Amino acid sequence: MAITPPSEKIWWNRPLDKVEGLWILLALAWCLILFLWMPYWHIYGKQNLSNEAYRTSPDAYEAKARAWADKHKVGEENGIPVVAPQDGGDVYMLGRLWEWWPILQLKKGVTYRLHLSSLDWQHGFSLQPTNINLQVLPGYETVMKITPDQSGSFGVVCNEFCGVGHHTMLGKIYVK
Amino acid sequence: MANMFRQCPDSGLYFHRDAEALMKAHAVLAVVFLLLGGVGGLLIALTRAPTVHLLSAENFYMVLTFHGTAVLLFWIIFFEIAVLYFASSTLLRVRPATPSIGWLGFLLMLGGAIMTTVAIFAGNSSVMFTSYVPMQASPYFYLGLILFAVGALLGCFIFLGTLVIAKEEKTYEGSIPLVTFGAVTAAIIAIFTIATGAIILIPTFMWSMGWISHIDPAMYRVLWWGMGHSSQQINVSAHVAVWYAIAAIVFGAKPMSEKVSRGAFLLYILFLQLASAHHLLADPGISSNWKVFNTSYAMYLAVLASMIHGLTVPGSIEVAQRKKGFNNGLFEWLTKAPWGNPVFSGMFLSLIIFGFIGGITGVVMGTEQINLIIHNTIFVPAHFHATVAVGTTLAFMAITYFLIPVLFRRKLVMPGLAKWQPYIFSAGMMMLIMFLLGAGTLGVPRRHWDVNFADAVLKYEFAGTAITLLGLAAVGAVLAAVGGALYCVIAVFSLVFGEKLDPHAGLLQSFGVPLSQAAYTVDRPSTLGLSAVETHGHGEVSAPGTFALALVFLLSFVVYFFINAKYLASVWPMG
Repeated sequence: MAITPPSEKIWWNRPLDKVEGLWILLALAWCLILFLWMPYWHIYGKQNLSNEAYRTSPDAYEAKARAWADKHKVGEENGIPVVAPQDGGDVYMLGRLWEWWPILQLKKGVTYRLHLSSLDWQHGFSLQPTNINLQVLPGYETVMKITPDQSGSFGVVCNEFCGVGHHTMLGKIYVK
Repeated sequence: MANMFRQCPDSGLYFHRDAEALMKAHAVLAVVFLLLGGVGGLLIALTRAPTVHLLSAENFYMVLTFHGTAVLLFWIIFFEIAVLYFASSTLLRVRPATPSIGWLGFLLMLGGAIMTTVAIFAGNSSVMFTSYVPMQASPYFYLGLILFAVGALLGCFIFLGTLVIAKEEKTYEGSIPLVTFGAVTAAIIAIFTIATGAIILIPTFMWSMGWISHIDPAMYRVLWWGMGHSSQQINVSAHVAVWYAIAAIVFGAKPMSEKVSRGAFLLYILFLQLASAHHLLADPGISSNWKVFNTSYAMYLAVLASMIHGLTVPGSIEVAQRKKGFNNGLFEWLTKAPWGNPVFSGMFLSLIIFGFIGGITGVVMGTEQINLIIHNTIFVPAHFHATVAVGTTLAFMAITYFLIPVLFRRKLVMPGLAKWQPYIFSAGMMMLIMFLLGAGTLGVPRRHWDVNFADAVLKYEFAGTAITLLGLAAVGAVLAAVGGALYCVIAVFSLVFGEKLDPHAGLLQSFGVPLSQAAYTVDRPSTLGLSAVETHGHGEVSAPGTFALALVFLLSFVVYFFINAKYLASVWPMG
């Protein structure tokens, strides 16, 4: 029994049960497929995580994002600038207590370089309803290529708890 | 010297006076924290149901912090320390090492748990269980966790010391039992986990005191998850050991082969995922190579280990049942199992839900790119309710029904309700889990007070289905809370009002005071001998029913994985 010592002192020479051996082979094969799928998707898949990130500081990132937003601002909504970047250019979004800033206006089918960072606590960039979810840390600026392939109005929810106003932290991305 | 052992007339197990008292004290406190944490869980579910929306935002985040800490740490680890005393002192028929230090460990755990709880309810430590920097809690929040961990560490060392004494005093023949081996696995992982926790929590405490100016948030996450995930591997090792124990207790089941089951435990130790990379898949500043390798070690061998236990535990039950004559067809062994015995039904439901739901969802969301569509959604709590709230918690509930008569020497009260308890709890949890998995797939965030964004400057509406699913999940949570409350009530009432199976098993004795000396009549238990030799196993297919179930499991796994891969392919291209 499992609550008493094995029946033989030298138990490790006893051959496996047939069912066990077969199952281990099947399970291991599946585990290897699970692993191989990840490099496969890096080569053939279109949705991958970016490997580009830089050290930054909240002040430096805010200054950069603000200068960029001033340059490309096309409107305002609830006092928040709406920014339309040039095709294929850099796009900045910053998270802070409790907003995603600014509002972005992108074009469908165009690839942008999206920069993300936080000015204070950790935030979660959760683009809905397309459902892309990324961790955003203060002091780290992450850059990814992103290609909106649907038009419409998208919400940016914060899905990392960031204090008592967490549930009011919402941003917007428009795709035309 | 006075006799220190008693033999339980029902189970034949030997209990040492000191180990017995320590086991009881830890188990009782575990249940207390399960009760408190469970109430928290119910309040959270009733707040997340948009139509009920019970708590205020402040209280919601405070209670959520408490819920995670109370059930994930206090309930489970108090119970695990009790399991360690059982798997060493009781199963090996040996005196526990340094029981006085055992009580010191107990007091540190209790003091730490109280300190952290008070810090949370003081209102200035609503930082969630993960306490990600630079969000800061009160220093008492971290200090309480550190004290609790030190107490748990003492428990692990006493466990290892007890094994040394057993070997020295030759209280058993051959190798330690498989269940004890599983407990060794849990203890080794626990020591590693607590060490990692110390590396990150001690500086964080110092930072909260103002002695350190800055903690890097990315470094914090890497180290915190070295503790946070490997602590889940302690739970898995401990509850798998409990599964094996219950298979042996209820069916007299023998492991299909010692080599395979022990090998699988060893895989947990070797591949427990030092950095627990799958929590960091959506993080900046860490390369894909690092993520892909460290989330899988190229082979997912810890997953393989769980898949092995998933076969060998029911497989050993099948073999034992077939030997008793339940040999018809593929599944007579299972249909004729004692489904009215909560020790068995709880264990088996724990195994099925842990594997089919917890295991499959966990691996799928731990795939580097698929994590993109799941990270920090409410899918994540759905997953770990399948692994921890059902897998670990239900396994511990199941063994409690065995321990009440054997360890506490009280007759179970309300046996009719106890029979239903595992089903009620599992049904509620299954509803909660499945509906939250659905809501998470639709993007609903975890740890969020208002997904209707009533107070936000901008507006966003989740699909109506997502909102409905949250409401339905709350119905499941209520049912699960009923099941959880039944467990707590049955356990506590049995300890207080249950018929005494031993004249010395009084009220205080139920809560950790040793029985009177007269109860202990054995000076030295007979040496624990080898298991009887059995001849089954090689050559024939000994557990075809289990193998068929395993194939169904594998098929579900493959299908669910590729459904998610297809979903991933539909989101915006990025890289």
